[in-house]
Amino acid sequence: MSIDIAALTVGQDIGSRSITVTRTDLVKYAGASGDFNPIHWNEAFATGVGLPGVIAHGMFTMGAAVQLVTDWAGDPAAVVDFQTRFTKPVPVADTTGTPESGAVIEVSGAIGALDADAGTARVDLTVVSAAQKVLVKAQAVVRVA
Amino acid sequence: MTINPDLQGRSYPAAEVYDVGREKIREFARAVKATHPAHFDVAAAEALGHSDLVAPPTFAIIVAQRADAQLIEDPESGIDFSRVVHADQRFTHHRPIIAGDRLVAELHVDGVRAMGGGAMITTRSEIFALAPGDATGAAGDATGAAGVRKPVATTTSSILVRGEGQ
Repeated sequence: MSIDIAALTVGQDIGSRSITVTRTDLVKYAGASGDFNPIHWNEAFATGVGLPGVIAHGMFTMGAAVQLVTDWAGDPAAVVDFQTRFTKPVPVADTTGTPESGAVIEVSGAIGALDADAGTARVDLTVVSAAQKVLVKAQAVVRVA
Repeated sequence: MTINPDLQGRSYPAAEVYDVGREKIREFARAVKATHPAHFDVAAAEALGHSDLVAPPTFAIIVAQRADAQLIEDPESGIDFSRVVHADQRFTHHRPIIAGDRLVAELHVDGVRAMGGGAMITTRSEIFALAPGDATGAAGDATGAAGVRKPVATTTSSILVRGEGQ
């Protein structure tokens, strides 16, 4: 699959996605990434350093959010640049033993800029959890030509 | 303990080699809830023109955070890891990371500025792929001009080290 840059317009919606998060997901991400900071899995430690509770890794949220772009692009290798600022933590409630999620992250994307010379499109992501923007200036540059 | 302002401009050379395995790509992809077949199925990756499984766009964080650990664990840095908050992150891919790559990272401390009682520290990891047979990554120049290692990704990260009472 390839995307024709001429068919894209700035402001165009590329879709949206809802990501559920549990404490188990954070343990999996810790293991996969090697980031074992206890604020992401130990309630007492997290509250002890002034957080509302266990929070998701910023890099979990960033990594999960980009899948919307990867799926739209059709090839993960087309994402040549990806950046974000982490503005608010994503607290993840302990729902162990229940089918409930501990947090929900809503991701939507729109074309923010087009560069015909470079053959790239910039996708701007809006990433929200519990009615707060948790990522700001979340931008992925995708090779489309 | 305060952050050492002399950290700015410091570099840490490439240390251990990170071997990118298929199962690690699959594990990381599942951990970020990625579903693209190019992360899981070699034939699907090959159909897109890649020689093996393609890592997700944020996979390089594994290598970058190992490089960052050299700074955080440096007793001269004055950084208390329990007070670190991730402020921003960027990945620039010069080429995708593919299973079978052997990666090394050079860490550069690009900025240190005081904020309240703490500090904002910006680091950059230059990630290279080693040529087959290069065991250490220590040889060759940073541009890959010697043909020894090729640039794969540049990652930049800012961390806020909260001061006491912040």
